[in-house]
Amino acid sequence: MRDVYVIGCGMTKFGEIWESSFRDLFVEAGLKAIKDAGVDHLDSMYVGTMTSGLFIGQEHVGALMADYLGMAPIPAVRVESACCSSGMALRMGFLDIASGNSDVVLAGGVEKMNDGADVTYALSTAADQEYEVYQGITFPGLYALIARAHMNKYGTTRKQLAQVAVKNHHNGSMNPNAQFPREVTLEQVMNATLVADPLTILDSSPVSDGGACVILASEEIAKKLQKPMIKIIGSGAATDFLALHQREDITALKAVKVSAERAYKMAGVKPSDIDIAEVHDCFTIAEICILEELGFCEKGQGGKFTEQGHTSLEGKIPVNTSGGLKSKGHPVGATGVAQVIEVVEQLSGKAGQRQVKNVKIGLAQNMGGSGASSVTHIFSLM
Amino acid sequence: MPSPRYRREMPQRYRLEAGKCKGCGKIFFPPRLICNKCSSQNFEKVTLPENGKIITFTIIRVAPQQFEAEVPYAIAIVELENGVRITTQVVDCDPEKLEIGNSVKLVFRKVQAEGKTGIILYGYKAVLV
Repeated sequence: MRDVYVIGCGMTKFGEIWESSFRDLFVEAGLKAIKDAGVDHLDSMYVGTMTSGLFIGQEHVGALMADYLGMAPIPAVRVESACCSSGMALRMGFLDIASGNSDVVLAGGVEKMNDGADVTYALSTAADQEYEVYQGITFPGLYALIARAHMNKYGTTRKQLAQVAVKNHHNGSMNPNAQFPREVTLEQVMNATLVADPLTILDSSPVSDGGACVILASEEIAKKLQKPMIKIIGSGAATDFLALHQREDITALKAVKVSAERAYKMAGVKPSDIDIAEVHDCFTIAEICILEELGFCEKGQGGKFTEQGHTSLEGKIPVNTSGGLKSKGHPVGATGVAQVIEVVEQLSGKAGQRQVKNVKIGLAQNMGGSGASSVTHIFSLM
Repeated sequence: MPSPRYRREMPQRYRLEAGKCKGCGKIFFPPRLICNKCSSQNFEKVTLPENGKIITFTIIRVAPQQFEAEVPYAIAIVELENGVRITTQVVDCDPEKLEIGNSVKLVFRKVQAEGKTGIILYGYKAVLV
Protein backbone atom coordinates (compact mmCIF):
# COMPACT_ATOMS: atom_id res chain seq x y z
CA MET A 1 0.00 0.00 0.00
CA ARG A 2 1.15 3.55 -0.76
CA ASP A 3 1.48 6.19 1.96
CA VAL A 4 -1.34 8.75 2.14
CA TYR A 5 -1.10 12.35 3.39
CA VAL A 6 -3.61 15.03 4.35
CA ILE A 7 -2.63 18.11 2.34
CA GLY A 8 -5.59 20.45 2.81
CA CYS A 9 -8.52 21.16 5.11
CA GLY A 10 -11.68 23.23 4.88
CA MET A 11 -14.84 23.48 6.93
CA THR A 12 -17.81 25.74 7.40
CA LYS A 13 -18.84 27.14 10.74
CA PHE A 14 -21.17 24.62 12.42
CA GLY A 15 -24.59 25.73 13.62
CA GLU A 16 -27.97 26.81 12.36
CA ILE A 17 -26.73 28.08 9.01
CA TRP A 18 -29.98 29.40 7.51
CA GLU A 19 -28.29 31.20 4.62
CA SER A 20 -26.54 28.14 3.18
CA SER A 21 -28.11 25.14 1.47
CA PHE A 22 -26.96 21.52 1.78
CA ARG A 23 -24.92 21.82 -1.41
CA ASP A 24 -23.53 25.27 -0.48
CA LEU A 25 -22.21 23.92 2.83
CA PHE A 26 -20.32 21.12 1.11
CA VAL A 27 -19.00 23.28 -1.72
CA GLU A 28 -17.84 26.01 0.71
CA ALA A 29 -15.87 23.43 2.69
CA GLY A 30 -14.58 21.76 -0.48
CA LEU A 31 -13.35 25.00 -2.06
CA LYS A 32 -11.56 25.96 1.17
CA ALA A 33 -9.87 22.54 1.30
CA ILE A 34 -8.81 22.69 -2.36
CA LYS A 35 -7.39 26.20 -1.85
CA ASP A 36 -5.61 25.14 1.35
CA ALA A 37 -4.07 22.15 -0.45
CA GLY A 38 -3.08 24.21 -3.48
CA VAL A 39 -4.06 21.49 -5.94
CA ASP A 40 -5.55 22.13 -9.37
CA HIS A 41 -7.50 18.91 -9.84
CA LEU A 42 -9.10 15.95 -8.04
CA ASP A 43 -9.01 12.34 -9.19
CA SER A 44 -12.11 11.35 -7.21
CA MET A 45 -14.26 12.31 -4.24
CA TYR A 46 -16.13 10.64 -1.40
CA VAL A 47 -19.01 12.45 0.30
CA GLY A 48 -20.32 11.38 3.70
CA THR A 49 -23.89 12.22 4.59
CA MET A 50 -26.15 10.28 6.89
CA THR A 51 -29.69 10.88 5.79
CA SER A 52 -29.98 13.77 3.35
CA GLY A 53 -33.00 11.94 1.94
CA LEU A 54 -34.92 12.39 5.19
CA PHE A 55 -33.47 15.78 6.11
CA ILE A 56 -33.96 17.53 2.77
CA GLY A 57 -35.27 14.92 0.30
CA GLN A 58 -32.00 14.76 -1.62
CA GLU A 59 -30.15 11.57 -2.55
CA HIS A 60 -27.55 11.00 -5.31
CA VAL A 61 -25.23 13.20 -3.33
CA GLY A 62 -21.91 12.20 -4.91
CA ALA A 63 -22.97 13.44 -8.34
CA LEU A 64 -24.64 16.56 -6.93
CA MET A 65 -21.49 17.65 -5.11
CA ALA A 66 -19.11 16.86 -7.98
CA ASP A 67 -21.38 18.95 -10.21
CA TYR A 68 -21.61 21.96 -7.86
CA LEU A 69 -17.91 21.80 -6.98
CA GLY A 70 -17.24 22.15 -10.70
CA MET A 71 -15.45 18.80 -10.72
CA ALA A 72 -17.71 16.64 -12.90
CA PRO A 73 -16.91 14.25 -14.63
CA ILE A 74 -14.64 12.91 -11.82
CA PRO A 75 -15.95 9.80 -10.05
CA ALA A 76 -17.84 10.79 -6.89
CA VAL A 77 -19.79 8.60 -4.53
CA ARG A 78 -21.71 9.07 -1.32
CA VAL A 79 -20.60 7.04 1.70
CA GLU A 80 -23.12 6.28 4.43
CA SER A 81 -22.54 4.77 7.83
CA ALA A 82 -24.94 6.85 9.94
CA CYS A 83 -23.00 9.33 12.12
CA CYS A 84 -19.62 8.02 10.92
CA SER A 85 -20.40 8.56 7.24
CA SER A 86 -17.55 10.99 6.64
CA GLY A 87 -15.09 9.03 8.79
CA MET A 88 -15.84 6.16 6.43
CA ALA A 89 -15.60 8.53 3.42
CA LEU A 90 -12.10 9.42 4.59
CA ARG A 91 -11.25 5.73 4.78
CA MET A 92 -12.51 5.21 1.22
CA GLY A 93 -10.32 8.09 0.03
CA PHE A 94 -7.36 6.65 1.96
CA LEU A 95 -7.84 3.24 0.32
CA ASP A 96 -8.27 4.83 -3.12
CA ILE A 97 -4.86 6.50 -2.90
CA ALA A 98 -3.16 3.66 -0.97
CA SER A 99 -4.19 1.25 -3.72
CA GLY A 100 -2.54 3.38 -6.40
CA ASN A 101 -5.84 4.12 -8.13
CA SER A 102 -5.86 7.88 -7.40
CA ASP A 103 -3.31 10.53 -6.44
CA VAL A 104 -5.51 13.40 -5.21
CA VAL A 105 -8.84 12.72 -3.50
CA LEU A 106 -11.38 14.89 -1.71
CA ALA A 107 -13.01 13.24 1.31
CA GLY A 108 -15.71 15.21 3.02
CA GLY A 109 -19.04 15.24 4.71
CA VAL A 110 -22.10 17.42 5.06
CA GLU A 111 -25.47 17.49 6.79
CA LYS A 112 -28.33 19.97 6.68
CA MET A 113 -30.43 19.20 9.76
CA ASN A 114 -32.27 22.50 10.24
CA ASP A 115 -34.43 22.62 7.12
CA GLY A 116 -37.60 21.46 8.87
CA ALA A 117 -37.40 17.66 9.07
CA ASP A 118 -38.39 15.62 12.15
CA VAL A 119 -34.78 15.39 13.37
CA THR A 120 -35.50 12.93 16.20
CA TYR A 121 -37.07 10.53 13.72
CA ALA A 122 -34.43 11.01 11.02
CA LEU A 123 -31.61 10.25 13.47
CA SER A 124 -33.45 7.26 14.90
CA THR A 125 -33.22 5.51 11.52
CA ALA A 126 -29.61 4.67 12.44
CA ALA A 127 -31.06 2.26 15.01
CA ASP A 128 -32.97 -0.96 14.29
CA GLN A 129 -36.14 0.39 12.66
CA GLU A 130 -38.19 -2.74 13.31
CA TYR A 131 -37.15 -3.68 16.85
CA GLU A 132 -35.92 -0.48 18.52
CA VAL A 133 -37.46 2.53 16.77
CA TYR A 134 -40.87 0.84 16.44
CA GLN A 135 -41.10 0.73 20.25
CA GLY A 136 -40.47 4.47 20.58
CA ILE A 137 -36.76 4.65 21.33
CA THR A 138 -34.75 7.74 20.31
CA PHE A 139 -31.01 8.33 20.01
CA PRO A 140 -30.72 10.14 23.32
CA GLY A 141 -32.78 7.20 24.65
CA LEU A 142 -30.29 4.59 23.41
CA TYR A 143 -27.36 6.43 24.97
CA ALA A 144 -29.39 6.89 28.14
CA LEU A 145 -29.80 3.09 28.28
CA ILE A 146 -26.01 2.78 28.00
CA ALA A 147 -25.49 5.52 30.62
CA ARG A 148 -27.74 3.92 33.21
CA ALA A 149 -26.15 0.50 32.65
CA HIS A 150 -22.67 2.04 32.98
CA MET A 151 -23.61 3.87 36.17
CA ASN A 152 -25.10 0.66 37.59
CA LYS A 153 -22.17 -1.57 36.64
CA TYR A 154 -19.20 0.71 37.32
CA GLY A 155 -20.47 3.40 39.65
CA THR A 156 -20.10 6.15 37.05
CA THR A 157 -21.73 9.29 38.46
CA ARG A 158 -24.08 11.92 37.10
CA LYS A 159 -21.36 14.48 37.89
CA GLN A 160 -18.74 12.58 35.86
CA LEU A 161 -21.05 12.64 32.84
CA ALA A 162 -21.44 16.40 33.26
CA GLN A 163 -17.68 16.85 33.45
CA VAL A 164 -17.36 15.67 29.84
CA ALA A 165 -19.70 18.48 28.73
CA VAL A 166 -17.94 21.09 30.89
CA LYS A 167 -14.52 20.14 29.48
CA ASN A 168 -15.68 20.04 25.86
CA HIS A 169 -17.49 23.37 26.11
CA HIS A 170 -14.35 24.89 27.62
CA ASN A 171 -12.34 23.68 24.61
CA GLY A 172 -15.06 24.72 22.19
CA SER A 173 -15.15 28.23 23.67
CA MET A 174 -11.81 28.73 21.88
CA ASN A 175 -12.97 27.34 18.52
CA PRO A 176 -14.30 29.95 16.07
CA ASN A 177 -16.12 27.25 14.06
CA ALA A 178 -18.03 25.90 17.07
CA GLN A 179 -21.82 26.09 17.20
CA PHE A 180 -21.85 26.76 20.96
CA PRO A 181 -18.47 28.36 21.74
CA ARG A 182 -19.25 29.01 25.38
CA GLU A 183 -18.53 27.55 28.80
CA VAL A 184 -21.10 25.59 30.79
CA THR A 185 -20.98 24.70 34.48
CA LEU A 186 -21.50 21.33 36.17
CA GLU A 187 -24.71 22.65 37.73
CA GLN A 188 -26.04 23.85 34.39
CA VAL A 189 -25.46 20.44 32.79
CA MET A 190 -26.91 18.44 35.68
CA ASN A 191 -29.95 20.69 36.11
CA ALA A 192 -30.74 21.15 32.42
CA THR A 193 -33.96 19.82 30.88
CA LEU A 194 -34.03 16.02 30.79
CA VAL A 195 -34.16 14.53 27.29
CA ALA A 196 -33.93 10.86 28.23
CA ASP A 197 -33.09 10.13 31.87
CA PRO A 198 -30.37 10.42 33.06
CA LEU A 199 -29.23 12.52 30.08
CA THR A 200 -30.09 16.22 29.86
CA ILE A 201 -30.04 18.48 26.85
CA LEU A 202 -26.53 19.58 27.89
CA ASP A 203 -25.33 15.95 27.79
CA SER A 204 -26.36 15.91 24.13
CA SER A 205 -24.66 17.17 21.00
CA PRO A 206 -26.72 19.77 19.14
CA VAL A 207 -28.66 19.65 15.87
CA SER A 208 -26.33 21.28 13.35
CA ASP A 209 -25.74 22.25 9.77
CA GLY A 210 -22.22 22.10 8.41
CA GLY A 211 -19.70 20.76 5.96
CA ALA A 212 -16.10 19.60 6.26
CA CYS A 213 -13.61 18.44 3.62
CA VAL A 214 -10.00 17.31 3.44
CA ILE A 215 -7.76 16.69 0.47
CA LEU A 216 -5.71 13.49 0.53
CA ALA A 217 -2.70 12.88 -1.67
CA SER A 218 0.06 10.41 -2.45
CA GLU A 219 3.57 11.02 -1.06
CA GLU A 220 4.84 12.23 -4.40
CA ILE A 221 2.30 15.03 -4.54
CA ALA A 222 2.43 15.87 -0.82
CA LYS A 223 6.23 16.34 -0.95
CA LYS A 224 6.00 19.00 -3.65
CA LEU A 225 3.86 21.26 -1.47
CA GLN A 226 6.52 22.38 1.06
CA LYS A 227 4.08 22.11 3.99
CA PRO A 228 4.05 20.05 7.21
CA MET A 229 3.74 16.40 6.12
CA ILE A 230 0.79 14.81 7.90
CA LYS A 231 0.51 11.12 7.18
CA ILE A 232 -2.38 8.76 7.83
CA ILE A 233 -0.46 6.01 9.64
CA GLY A 234 -3.45 3.92 10.69
CA SER A 235 -7.00 3.29 9.50
CA GLY A 236 -9.39 0.79 11.08
CA ALA A 237 -13.12 0.20 10.77
CA ALA A 238 -15.46 -2.29 12.43
CA THR A 239 -19.12 -3.20 12.98
CA ASP A 240 -21.24 -4.68 15.77
CA PHE A 241 -24.87 -5.75 16.37
CA LEU A 242 -27.09 -2.92 15.10
CA ALA A 243 -29.56 -3.21 17.99
CA LEU A 244 -28.14 -2.23 21.37
CA HIS A 245 -30.15 -4.93 23.15
CA GLN A 246 -28.45 -7.72 21.19
CA ARG A 247 -24.98 -6.86 22.52
CA GLU A 248 -23.71 -9.06 25.33
CA ASP A 249 -22.49 -6.04 27.32
CA ILE A 250 -24.67 -2.93 27.00
CA THR A 251 -21.79 -0.75 28.26
CA ALA A 252 -19.26 -2.00 25.68
CA LEU A 253 -18.72 -0.39 22.26
CA LYS A 254 -17.03 -3.35 20.61
CA ALA A 255 -16.86 -1.78 17.14
CA VAL A 256 -14.94 1.16 18.63
CA LYS A 257 -12.50 -1.17 20.34
CA VAL A 258 -11.91 -3.29 17.21
CA SER A 259 -11.63 -0.28 14.87
CA ALA A 260 -9.02 1.22 17.22
CA GLU A 261 -7.08 -2.04 17.54
CA ARG A 262 -6.91 -2.26 13.75
CA ALA A 263 -5.72 1.34 13.45
CA TYR A 264 -3.13 0.93 16.23
CA LYS A 265 -1.82 -2.23 14.55
CA MET A 266 -1.47 -0.59 11.15
CA ALA A 267 0.21 2.45 12.71
CA GLY A 268 2.47 0.39 14.98
CA VAL A 269 1.55 2.56 17.99
CA LYS A 270 -0.04 2.04 21.42
CA PRO A 271 -2.73 4.11 23.17
CA SER A 272 0.02 5.71 25.30
CA ASP A 273 1.68 7.04 22.11
CA ILE A 274 -1.34 9.18 21.22
CA ASP A 275 -0.85 12.89 22.03
CA ILE A 276 -4.42 14.12 21.34
CA ALA A 277 -7.70 12.49 20.31
CA GLU A 278 -10.97 13.62 18.77
CA VAL A 279 -13.68 11.13 19.74
CA HIS A 280 -17.38 10.73 19.02
CA ASP A 281 -18.99 12.45 22.05
CA CYS A 282 -22.52 12.57 20.61
CA PHE A 283 -23.60 12.22 24.27
CA THR A 284 -21.40 12.61 27.34
CA ILE A 285 -21.64 8.89 28.16
CA ALA A 286 -20.27 8.08 24.69
CA GLU A 287 -16.98 9.86 25.41
CA ILE A 288 -16.64 7.95 28.69
CA CYS A 289 -17.18 4.57 26.98
CA ILE A 290 -14.87 5.50 24.09
CA LEU A 291 -11.98 6.45 26.43
CA GLU A 292 -12.21 2.88 27.72
CA GLU A 293 -12.48 1.22 24.30
CA LEU A 294 -9.55 3.22 22.86
CA GLY A 295 -7.41 1.94 25.74
CA PHE A 296 -6.77 5.34 27.36
CA CYS A 297 -8.05 3.92 30.68
CA GLU A 298 -9.34 0.64 32.09
CA LYS A 299 -12.86 -0.59 31.28
CA GLY A 300 -15.32 1.10 33.61
CA GLN A 301 -12.90 3.89 34.59
CA GLY A 302 -13.83 6.44 31.90
CA GLY A 303 -15.84 8.56 34.32
CA LYS A 304 -13.11 8.65 36.95
CA PHE A 305 -10.45 9.28 34.27
CA THR A 306 -12.42 12.33 33.13
CA GLU A 307 -12.99 13.53 36.71
CA GLN A 308 -9.25 13.35 37.37
CA GLY A 309 -8.65 15.77 34.48
CA HIS A 310 -6.61 13.41 32.31
CA THR A 311 -8.60 14.35 29.19
CA SER A 312 -8.42 18.14 29.62
CA LEU A 313 -6.17 20.36 27.47
CA GLU A 314 -3.48 20.10 30.17
CA GLY A 315 -4.09 16.40 30.87
CA LYS A 316 -2.08 13.38 29.78
CA ILE A 317 -4.35 12.73 26.78
CA PRO A 318 -6.33 15.84 25.75
CA VAL A 319 -9.62 14.63 24.22
CA ASN A 320 -11.86 16.70 21.96
CA THR A 321 -9.68 19.80 21.91
CA SER A 322 -12.05 21.17 19.23
CA GLY A 323 -14.96 21.15 21.68
CA GLY A 324 -16.09 17.81 20.34
CA LEU A 325 -19.51 17.12 18.89
CA LYS A 326 -20.89 18.55 22.13
CA SER A 327 -19.75 22.17 21.70
CA LYS A 328 -18.50 22.35 18.11
CA GLY A 329 -21.74 20.83 16.80
CA HIS A 330 -22.70 17.57 15.12
CA PRO A 331 -23.91 17.86 11.53
CA VAL A 332 -23.85 14.06 11.48
CA GLY A 333 -22.42 13.46 8.01
CA ALA A 334 -19.71 16.12 8.43
CA THR A 335 -18.50 15.14 11.89
CA GLY A 336 -15.88 12.51 11.01
CA VAL A 337 -13.92 14.78 8.68
CA ALA A 338 -14.31 17.78 11.02
CA GLN A 339 -12.61 15.66 13.71
CA VAL A 340 -9.75 15.00 11.29
CA ILE A 341 -9.40 18.72 10.60
CA GLU A 342 -8.89 19.37 14.33
CA VAL A 343 -6.24 16.65 14.54
CA VAL A 344 -4.45 18.12 11.49
CA GLU A 345 -4.58 21.63 12.98
CA GLN A 346 -3.14 20.36 16.26
CA LEU A 347 -0.37 18.47 14.41
CA SER A 348 0.41 21.59 12.34
CA GLY A 349 0.49 23.87 15.38
CA LYS A 350 -2.45 25.91 14.03
CA ALA A 351 -5.03 25.28 16.77
CA GLY A 352 -4.71 28.77 18.26
CA GLN A 353 -5.70 29.19 21.90
CA ARG A 354 -6.50 25.50 22.25
CA GLN A 355 -3.16 24.31 20.86
CA VAL A 356 -1.63 21.43 22.82
CA LYS A 357 2.20 21.41 23.04
CA ASN A 358 4.36 18.86 21.19
CA VAL A 359 1.63 17.04 19.31
CA LYS A 360 3.25 14.38 17.10
CA ILE A 361 0.53 11.71 16.86
CA GLY A 362 -3.22 12.31 16.86
CA LEU A 363 -6.25 10.03 16.67
CA ALA A 364 -9.78 10.57 15.31
CA GLN A 365 -12.59 8.15 16.18
CA ASN A 366 -16.03 8.45 14.59
CA MET A 367 -18.97 6.12 15.20
CA GLY A 368 -22.38 5.35 13.80
CA GLY A 369 -25.68 4.88 15.59
CA SER A 370 -25.42 3.48 19.09
CA GLY A 371 -21.97 2.15 18.14
CA ALA A 372 -22.76 -0.46 15.49
CA SER A 373 -20.08 1.01 13.25
CA SER A 374 -16.86 2.80 14.07
CA VAL A 375 -13.84 4.09 12.20
CA THR A 376 -10.54 5.16 13.75
CA HIS A 377 -7.69 6.99 12.03
CA ILE A 378 -4.24 7.81 13.37
CA PHE A 379 -2.18 10.69 11.99
CA SER A 380 1.49 11.51 12.40
CA LEU A 381 3.51 14.66 11.77
CA MET A 382 6.45 13.32 9.72
CA MET B 1 -44.51 1.96 9.04
CA PRO B 2 -46.04 0.77 5.74
CA SER B 3 -48.72 -1.91 6.09
CA PRO B 4 -47.01 -4.75 4.11
CA ARG B 5 -44.03 -4.50 6.41
CA TYR B 6 -46.24 -4.52 9.48
CA ARG B 7 -48.09 -7.61 8.29
CA ARG B 8 -44.78 -9.40 7.74
CA GLU B 9 -43.75 -8.67 11.33
CA MET B 10 -46.98 -9.87 12.97
CA PRO B 11 -45.52 -13.25 14.05
CA GLN B 12 -42.97 -11.37 16.17
CA ARG B 13 -45.17 -8.49 17.33
CA TYR B 14 -48.27 -10.60 18.12
CA ARG B 15 -46.85 -14.00 19.03
CA LEU B 16 -43.20 -13.42 20.03
CA GLU B 17 -41.93 -15.93 17.49
CA ALA B 18 -38.16 -16.33 17.52
CA GLY B 19 -35.67 -18.56 15.69
CA LYS B 20 -33.56 -21.13 17.55
CA CYS B 21 -30.36 -22.19 15.80
CA LYS B 22 -30.26 -25.96 15.33
CA GLY B 23 -26.46 -25.79 15.22
CA CYS B 24 -25.64 -24.12 18.54
CA GLY B 25 -28.97 -23.43 20.23
CA LYS B 26 -28.69 -19.63 20.18
CA ILE B 27 -32.11 -17.95 20.03
CA PHE B 28 -32.60 -14.94 17.76
CA PHE B 29 -35.39 -12.40 18.02
CA PRO B 30 -36.26 -11.48 15.36
CA PRO B 31 -35.40 -14.72 13.54
CA ARG B 32 -32.38 -14.58 11.20
CA LEU B 33 -31.38 -16.52 8.11
CA ILE B 34 -27.87 -17.30 9.37
CA CYS B 35 -26.48 -17.75 12.89
CA ASN B 36 -23.78 -15.21 13.74
CA LYS B 37 -22.25 -17.65 16.23
CA CYS B 38 -21.97 -20.95 14.29
CA SER B 39 -23.03 -19.94 10.73
CA SER B 40 -25.77 -22.59 10.64
CA GLN B 41 -28.74 -21.80 8.41
CA ASN B 42 -31.06 -24.28 10.12
CA PHE B 43 -33.51 -22.84 12.61
CA GLU B 44 -36.61 -23.98 14.44
CA LYS B 45 -39.45 -21.69 15.48
CA VAL B 46 -39.70 -21.06 19.23
CA THR B 47 -41.89 -18.72 21.27
CA LEU B 48 -40.25 -16.27 23.67
CA PRO B 49 -41.17 -16.45 27.36
CA GLU B 50 -43.26 -13.49 28.53
CA ASN B 51 -41.43 -12.88 31.79
CA GLY B 52 -38.13 -11.13 32.31
CA LYS B 53 -36.14 -8.47 34.15
CA ILE B 54 -35.16 -4.87 33.38
CA ILE B 55 -31.44 -4.67 32.46
CA THR B 56 -31.44 -0.90 31.90
CA PHE B 57 -34.08 1.74 31.18
CA THR B 58 -34.70 5.38 30.38
CA ILE B 59 -37.60 7.82 30.36
CA ILE B 60 -38.15 9.39 26.94
CA ARG B 61 -39.10 13.06 27.28
CA VAL B 62 -38.49 14.17 23.67
CA ALA B 63 -40.12 11.75 21.24
CA PRO B 64 -40.55 11.34 17.48
CA GLN B 65 -43.89 12.70 16.17
CA GLN B 66 -45.83 9.43 16.43
CA PHE B 67 -45.00 9.08 20.14
CA GLU B 68 -45.26 12.77 21.15
CA ALA B 69 -48.62 12.34 22.89
CA GLU B 70 -47.18 9.69 25.21
CA VAL B 71 -44.22 11.51 26.78
CA PRO B 72 -42.86 10.91 29.32
CA TYR B 73 -42.72 7.16 28.75
CA ALA B 74 -40.32 4.46 29.95
CA ILE B 75 -38.32 2.24 27.62
CA ALA B 76 -36.20 -0.64 28.87
CA ILE B 77 -33.97 -3.39 27.66
CA VAL B 78 -35.59 -6.49 29.14
CA GLU B 79 -33.84 -9.83 29.49
CA LEU B 80 -36.40 -12.59 29.13
CA GLU B 81 -36.22 -15.86 31.05
CA ASN B 82 -34.40 -17.61 28.19
CA GLY B 83 -31.72 -14.90 28.00
CA VAL B 84 -33.08 -13.13 24.89
CA ARG B 85 -33.09 -9.35 25.25
CA ILE B 86 -35.58 -6.95 23.70
CA THR B 87 -36.22 -3.19 23.72
CA THR B 88 -39.74 -2.39 24.91
CA GLN B 89 -41.83 0.28 26.58
CA VAL B 90 -42.70 -0.31 30.23
CA VAL B 91 -46.26 0.88 30.84
CA ASP B 92 -48.95 1.08 33.57
CA CYS B 93 -46.31 2.31 36.02
CA ASP B 94 -44.73 5.46 37.41
CA PRO B 95 -41.59 5.69 35.21
CA GLU B 96 -39.79 7.59 37.98
CA LYS B 97 -40.03 4.58 40.29
CA LEU B 98 -38.56 1.96 37.92
CA GLU B 99 -35.35 0.20 38.90
CA ILE B 100 -32.86 -2.07 37.20
CA GLY B 101 -33.79 -5.63 38.18
CA ASN B 102 -37.57 -5.05 38.25
CA SER B 103 -39.53 -8.12 37.11
CA VAL B 104 -41.79 -7.52 34.12
CA LYS B 105 -44.20 -9.42 31.89
CA LEU B 106 -44.87 -8.77 28.20
CA VAL B 107 -48.43 -7.85 27.26
CA PHE B 108 -50.20 -7.15 23.95
CA ARG B 109 -50.83 -3.42 23.37
CA LYS B 110 -51.31 -0.71 20.79
CA VAL B 111 -47.85 0.67 20.00
CA GLN B 112 -48.46 3.37 17.37
CA ALA B 113 -50.67 4.33 14.42
CA GLU B 114 -50.11 5.12 10.76
CA GLY B 115 -51.11 8.76 11.01
CA LYS B 116 -54.75 9.76 11.58
CA THR B 117 -56.29 7.52 8.91
CA GLY B 118 -53.93 4.52 8.66
CA ILE B 119 -53.97 1.23 10.49
CA ILE B 120 -53.29 0.86 14.20
CA LEU B 121 -50.03 -0.94 14.94
CA TYR B 122 -49.91 -3.40 17.83
CA GLY B 123 -47.16 -5.28 19.58
CA TYR B 124 -45.62 -6.07 22.95
CA LYS B 125 -45.07 -3.78 25.91
CA ALA B 126 -43.93 -4.68 29.41
CA VAL B 127 -45.78 -4.24 32.71
CA LEU B 128 -44.38 -4.69 36.21
CA VAL B 129 -45.26 -7.96 37.97
